Amino acid sequence: MIVPFTHLLVLASILFSLGLICVLVWRSNIIMLLIGIEIMLNAAMLLFVAGSNHWGMADGQVFALMIMAMTSAEVSLALAMVVYLHRRKRTVNVDEFSELKD
Amino acid sequence: MEQILFYILATVIVIATILAITEKHPVHAIVYLVTSFFALAVVFYLLAAPLIAMFEMIIYAGAVMVLFMFVIMMLDLGGGGDAKRPSLAHCLPALVLAGVILASLGLLVTARSSAIPAASHMPDVREFSTTLFTKYGVAIEIISMQLLFAVVGALYLGRRRKP
Repeated sequence: MIVPFTHLLVLASILFSLGLICVLVWRSNIIMLLIGIEIMLNAAMLLFVAGSNHWGMADGQVFALMIMAMTSAEVSLALAMVVYLHRRKRTVNVDEFSELKD
Repeated sequence: MEQILFYILATVIVIATILAITEKHPVHAIVYLVTSFFALAVVFYLLAAPLIAMFEMIIYAGAVMVLFMFVIMMLDLGGGGDAKRPSLAHCLPALVLAGVILASLGLLVTARSSAIPAASHMPDVREFSTTLFTKYGVAIEIISMQLLFAVVGALYLGRRRKP
């Protein structure tokens, strides 16, 4: 353990708060919203790896890998949806995307 | 030595993330975020998880961010034209929630009296893969099915419709 667990907790919390701020502030731009989700998932991954290092078990790293696979699935679907909606409405403003079919 | 490296990397991560979320231009935000992810990968390496560090580099900084960049450039969102900078009223709930998170974290840090004893041995790649394919074998199957569904959904959304 190179640094105390609390310092890793602080770093992950700051990173999570920044992602949350990004999601809540940039509500109008869907690209920035997805970036905020990425930051929050990275904070969760950092915490999993730190816990794995702290308790000496590999389970945390396994779950970090699961989060990574989940994120790539989520991003590919979300960006496909962004391309589809941009083709229809010519904007990335989330407020315009209030309905799926029109 | 490793402590100093960790604190430098933590500073880099936080500053790059702040720059990424305050940047109006999406391409610049992506580049700052790649910087942050590279620093985070080195932090994972320092935390004795070299495999996760490699995957972070290859999948996150390599694939996911390049996918973002590809979509931004394909849709020509680089100008940031209609993306207005949000007003203070938009920022208020975010700042309140972040304050709550940081206040609870401060309480946690100050109230902790007895530190949890750290483990003596570090999990290596062999232990990691044994855990992955024996204890969590079902989870691997579910994750691979989820990736397959994501591919099918992305192909369905991205197909060209005949007018």
